[in-house]
Amino acid sequence: MTRIDSLEPDVGTAGGARKPSLLSRLPIVHQLRQSVGLQRGMLVAGLVITALFILTAIFAPVIAPYGYSQLRGDDGVFGAQQAPGGSHLLGTTVGGYDVLSRVIWGSQTALFVIVVAVLLSIFAGVFLGLVSGYFGGWLDRVLVVVCDAVYAFPSLLLAIVMSIVISGGKSNLVGGVLAAAISITVVFIPQYFRVIRAETVRIKAEAYVESARVLGASNFRIMSRHVLRNATRTLPLIFTLNSSEAILTLAGLGFLGFGIEPTAAAEWGYDLNKSLSDVTSGIWWTSLFPGLAIVLVVMGITLVGESLNDLADPRLRGRRAVGASSGLVAETSVVPGGTLDAGPGGLAGLENLPTLPLDDSEAPR
Amino acid sequence: MTETHDSPAEQQTVLRIDDLGVSFSTDAGAVRAVDGVSLSVRRGEVLAIVGESGSGKTVTAKTILGLLPETAMAQGAVILSSRDGQSSNNVIALSKQRLRQVRGTDVSMVFQEPGTALNPVYTVGWQIMEGIRAHGTVNRADARAKAIEILGRVGIPDPEVRINYYPHQFSGGQKQRVVIAMALVLEPGLIVADEPTTALDVTVQAEILDLLRRCRDEFGTAIVLITHNMGVVADLADRVAVMYQGKVVEEADASTLFNSPQNPYTQRLLAAVPYVGQGVVRAAARAEARTPEWSAQAPVVVADKLRIQYPGRLGRPGFIAVDGVSFSIRPGEVLGLVGESGSGKTTIGRAIAGLTRVTDGSLRVLGHEMNGFRERKFKHLRSDIGFVFQDPASSFNPLLTIADCVAEPLIVHGRASSPRAARARVDELLEAVQLPRAFGDRFPHELSGGQRQRASLARALALEPKLLIADEPTSALDVSVQARVLELFADLQRELGFAALFISHDLAVVDILADRIAVLYHGSLVEEGTGAQVLGAPQDPYTQRLLASLPVPDPAAQALRREDLAKLRAAG
Repeated sequence: MTRIDSLEPDVGTAGGARKPSLLSRLPIVHQLRQSVGLQRGMLVAGLVITALFILTAIFAPVIAPYGYSQLRGDDGVFGAQQAPGGSHLLGTTVGGYDVLSRVIWGSQTALFVIVVAVLLSIFAGVFLGLVSGYFGGWLDRVLVVVCDAVYAFPSLLLAIVMSIVISGGKSNLVGGVLAAAISITVVFIPQYFRVIRAETVRIKAEAYVESARVLGASNFRIMSRHVLRNATRTLPLIFTLNSSEAILTLAGLGFLGFGIEPTAAAEWGYDLNKSLSDVTSGIWWTSLFPGLAIVLVVMGITLVGESLNDLADPRLRGRRAVGASSGLVAETSVVPGGTLDAGPGGLAGLENLPTLPLDDSEAPR
Repeated sequence: MTETHDSPAEQQTVLRIDDLGVSFSTDAGAVRAVDGVSLSVRRGEVLAIVGESGSGKTVTAKTILGLLPETAMAQGAVILSSRDGQSSNNVIALSKQRLRQVRGTDVSMVFQEPGTALNPVYTVGWQIMEGIRAHGTVNRADARAKAIEILGRVGIPDPEVRINYYPHQFSGGQKQRVVIAMALVLEPGLIVADEPTTALDVTVQAEILDLLRRCRDEFGTAIVLITHNMGVVADLADRVAVMYQGKVVEEADASTLFNSPQNPYTQRLLAAVPYVGQGVVRAAARAEARTPEWSAQAPVVVADKLRIQYPGRLGRPGFIAVDGVSFSIRPGEVLGLVGESGSGKTTIGRAIAGLTRVTDGSLRVLGHEMNGFRERKFKHLRSDIGFVFQDPASSFNPLLTIADCVAEPLIVHGRASSPRAARARVDELLEAVQLPRAFGDRFPHELSGGQRQRASLARALALEPKLLIADEPTSALDVSVQARVLELFADLQRELGFAALFISHDLAVVDILADRIAVLYHGSLVEEGTGAQVLGAPQDPYTQRLLASLPVPDPAAQALRREDLAKLRAAG
């Protein structure tokens, strides 16, 4: 996030001892240290699953016993619908692919789609939201109507249309991933747009923005220096929640047959689709494992997102209980539950609150 | 926990707090908000708990009703007796169910913000009856009759009709009356009023204080009054407890406390309270020092029949915030603009800074006509205008250090290329507002409200403006902090000689600083003149009422003023 590096030069002169280290100010690391109890458990579980998913995706060529489109090994053809065991730990599919390899390679496709989809939608959504919220007027009205219209569309239908427009429905790895990612992007841009626009409208009325306007700062300067950085603090949260949705949309597309060809890349939704007929004939392994992969990854990312969401809100954040008479009398006023606004460093800033140095007689607020 | 008491002395005490301590669990670890507080309230007595923000007064009040959040831990005892003195309970140890029974019948609460204490989707009658029916089986008709009666007794006209009104159909003061009616309806022995008049205008405040006094006299209800306003205390309280950093530092009956405060903190607190008449000498001295040529100088701001209208919804007329106001500010002069909420004082300040458009009439700022405002043409004049905002919490970008924020005007107007290059000037400015240089490296949330407001002043003065607009710069501050900020403002104004528009709702605050005072009422200027003229011998009936409504921190003087106000009201 941009806030880390932009804090650098000033923090250096501000008596580094008082500030927590840079590492502990990093988004996820910070929340991990902050959390307690069940919330920490959820966050850790989510992080472990997500890390596993990302590692699997990166090292798929090393981990997977076979290629995603491999039909024959050293000792001939794999054979279709082989039960788990032997050289195929999780069996083979009706098309004769190794299930384990397909599941592992599938994580790579999923990660590609998440990265591309989120990258595409985050920039467009943030930019549009910022401009729309800051300037308002007819541009704002048009954009809001368009986004509402996109919302009103069934997202999967929209994704299908996009996928047909982009690649005629089916294609190779790059085309398939792009088709899926762009169709997801279309659905996600309104989400980022809305969040950033709402934040921008709120921040626009804050005294520090008005103060910049009184100074005569240009619109560009106000937007980039004052509004943007304050508006983006909820992004990590939508980012994680959207990632899980991206996987579901990709799987949905694949399941409906608009996914990626098995020869181009492994895709869980596609495998599920092909295993439909297997279920009735008692062949469970072809559908169970890709399905499990989808559920696990979505759950892992959602856990991270939801915990970040809870930790970002002081009213939901769990804390260690205090003893009946513990603690020093605060020099500061106590807002039960802490402040709702993030401090410097976005979410991280919430941590550095008290220990206000006071001048002699002035009572703090 | 229920026990009976027979001794008359015990029956007299409605509330006894013994060695109360409350700790909060926060992100930074445990924080003690209340530390060893012991208090007692007798029947029909008003105990005021006074203190500045963070003193623990509100937490103490919430403990009485068992309203502490889950993050809090309380110890000690809060013994609450019922009205008939038959039973008493330790609120801290009560179960949730018993607590619900006690609330409303033994103790009830009046909140600070009447607008949010009432549910907008129910009629006020429904909300009062809800309280009645939650405690015992009363049929609908009886509950309604009771609700009508109580509304009448708190001074709502036509209670039979008004009972079916929704909260938005009442004014702010009437809403607070309804809230008080809800608190009184079950005739509790004790009412906890947490800043009951802070959100109200000063003329309305006087009426609500009258009503609370009647609660004590007619209903025999004891009141715990939580406030930071010494004038309110002097007006209403029988006994006063002063809290500081979670402890009660002084407790005495009202006249003793105001006449001979013992604790040094109390003395400082009382000394910091601004009062009308403080600035007359200073203003006269400054008027004396002015040369005859001064009045011939071109004014910095001239408003002529200024009219500002906010656009209405489709098909509805807009809201006229400012209607035909004329005034002028000469170089080096401080004009105090006083008015209650909705009087248009902030709108005028914003119009001068080019934040709000002028609808009609003329407003000339530094020779530039603001009617038909174009940002591009006005931009070069912006370096001559400084603005100090009301809320110290939001007037700084939370992601920038104080030095960066103060350097902002220097960079925008090309006086410095980067925050680093501007640092020398920033340090100078910080010193001018009596902040240590090292504070430049801090983030806004690491400063207290008063420190932030001083940094805000430094930012406004960075370009040495000819005109400074201060919109309620001290209204969010504690009284002792306010005193220091006002003093600093006066010093800087004397040194730098800028002209200023000082906007405030508080006559006493304006009086300290202003050369001339303008009083706004419903968008029009009702009176303008020097402090001595406006405050010494007000001509307009509204100004007279405003002045008489302002409570002074002296119980004896306040009692006299109360009578004057009653006469004024009767006459008007």
